[in-house]
Amino acid sequence: MTSSSLALPQPVPWRAGRAFMERYAPIATTVLALVAIWYVAAVAMNWGIVRDGFEREETPYTITDVLSGTMDAERPLLPAPHQIISAFLDGVFGYPPLAPRSLVYHSLVTLSATALGFVLGALFGIVLALMIVHSRVLERSLLPWIICSQMVPVLALAPIFIVVLGALGLHGLLPKSIISAYLCFFPVAIGMVKGFTSPDPLQIELMRTWSATPRQVLRKLRWPAAVPFLFTSLKVAVTISLVGAIVAELPTGAEAGIGARLLSGSYYGQTVQLWAALVAAAVLASGLIGIVGIVERVVARRMGAH
Amino acid sequence: MATEPTPKRLVVDARNISLTFETADGRVDALSDVSLQVAEGEFVSFIGPSGCGKTTMLRVIADLQQPTSGTLSVNGMSAENARLARSYGYVFQSPALFPWRSIEKNIRLPLEVMGFSDAEQQSRAEHYLSLVNLTGFERKFPWQLSGGMQQRVSIARALSFDPALLLMDEPFGALDEIVRDHLNEQLLKLWKSTEKTVLFVTHSIPEAVFLSTRIVVMSPRPGRIIDVIDCDFPPDRSLEIRETPEFLKIAQRVRTGLRAGHSYDE
Repeated sequence: MTSSSLALPQPVPWRAGRAFMERYAPIATTVLALVAIWYVAAVAMNWGIVRDGFEREETPYTITDVLSGTMDAERPLLPAPHQIISAFLDGVFGYPPLAPRSLVYHSLVTLSATALGFVLGALFGIVLALMIVHSRVLERSLLPWIICSQMVPVLALAPIFIVVLGALGLHGLLPKSIISAYLCFFPVAIGMVKGFTSPDPLQIELMRTWSATPRQVLRKLRWPAAVPFLFTSLKVAVTISLVGAIVAELPTGAEAGIGARLLSGSYYGQTVQLWAALVAAAVLASGLIGIVGIVERVVARRMGAH
Repeated sequence: MATEPTPKRLVVDARNISLTFETADGRVDALSDVSLQVAEGEFVSFIGPSGCGKTTMLRVIADLQQPTSGTLSVNGMSAENARLARSYGYVFQSPALFPWRSIEKNIRLPLEVMGFSDAEQQSRAEHYLSLVNLTGFERKFPWQLSGGMQQRVSIARALSFDPALLLMDEPFGALDEIVRDHLNEQLLKLWKSTEKTVLFVTHSIPEAVFLSTRIVVMSPRPGRIIDVIDCDFPPDRSLEIRETPEFLKIAQRVRTGLRAGHSYDE
């Protein structure tokens, strides 16, 4: 009998350093290249606006003046990266967290709709998958509708939802969450149908030889077998539910939320504010995926993953 | 101690079992008029080329498939009732362990399904793990064990709820010969100490002759029994017995039966 404790070679410090470089150097290079291209594009796109500005005011200007003007224009076509970053940092740290100009405040508003929508959507997706897996009739009757539901653009549906739910007396958080759930149940439903049907036929037959009840087969076999599929689809679903919550804020004329910031930014030509809100959305999305990823790793370890 | 044939209870009583599949290419006679009686404590091997219905026969006894005609009683009941009464443990060719469960939890799985108390599950898991020489591996996960060890876990799992009958479908078919020999010896000891009735599907002649009290030779198209051979080697036999003339004589008879039943004109 062999002991299966494997003695892995411990990483030597300089090797660890090299591994770090090998892992992050390509990413850093890509980021630097993108930032460089961005700066060039910012100069090119803002050039006309800045020059026209000087000419309108009939002040003499040099090429250097225009060049530096493209880097800190108030309403640039394309803000330079440092403008976006400073607007983002200002939005996050420049105000008390619950002030109406604070990005933290707007992020929290969107986040609450996202979280509720995500939970509702994920639960709905799991329930649908259970129904589909347990009944051929339901599979044939539900699946086409589920797929159809995702073919209608949510941007067209959102105002209808808001109006109908508003007439029912629902305002604020819930309509936004429902739109978010409407988008994010789909990957969960599809992923979980695949997950619930993933057990080996032998494992199902074993349960049969023990005359396990359908409920036991679900709890002890289908459900645990579906867990990896669950997390894969939850990662997709969590970003989609954020998109859903933001989209839902657009037609509602919401006063708060990242969607509202985007809307007012584009309304008043505040491109820097627009981009700062986009950065906030991206930060939120990666944070949410990160949380799902951590939960996944904890669960996988408890389920004996390699 | 002489092993006089005392009248024993029949664990499997199959009479004129036939099973026909309807496939796209027409009818396939998987089993044709198969009759077989297995008494308590026997070790019966089914041997034959693939497609001869040996696995189908095992699945019919396990109520995983229903015969087209014939009567079958398992442990004194219909096959379905025997399954519902958890009269048999089934071991497949692949261990089919649940990868998210530790070894101990895998053995406890049928006990959980059957509603054994927690303490009972614990002590049985301990007992059957030691029976297959895997004490100390309770907390390991299946991927940390070799193929042979995994198959031993699946045998412990099949025994854990103490069924009257053990159905084994080529349990060592995927293992290399050295591991296989070793497990054959272990299985023989296990069979003696537990006094279970075992039905064992294989296509290895030495394995069948070494393990069995009776060998059922089957042939395909249609799947039927063409010979039933008694073996009565001493219960404390070791692998060396495979070199004896008696062993070779029985092996020869099995081989002859297999050849007679098989048409090589395809």
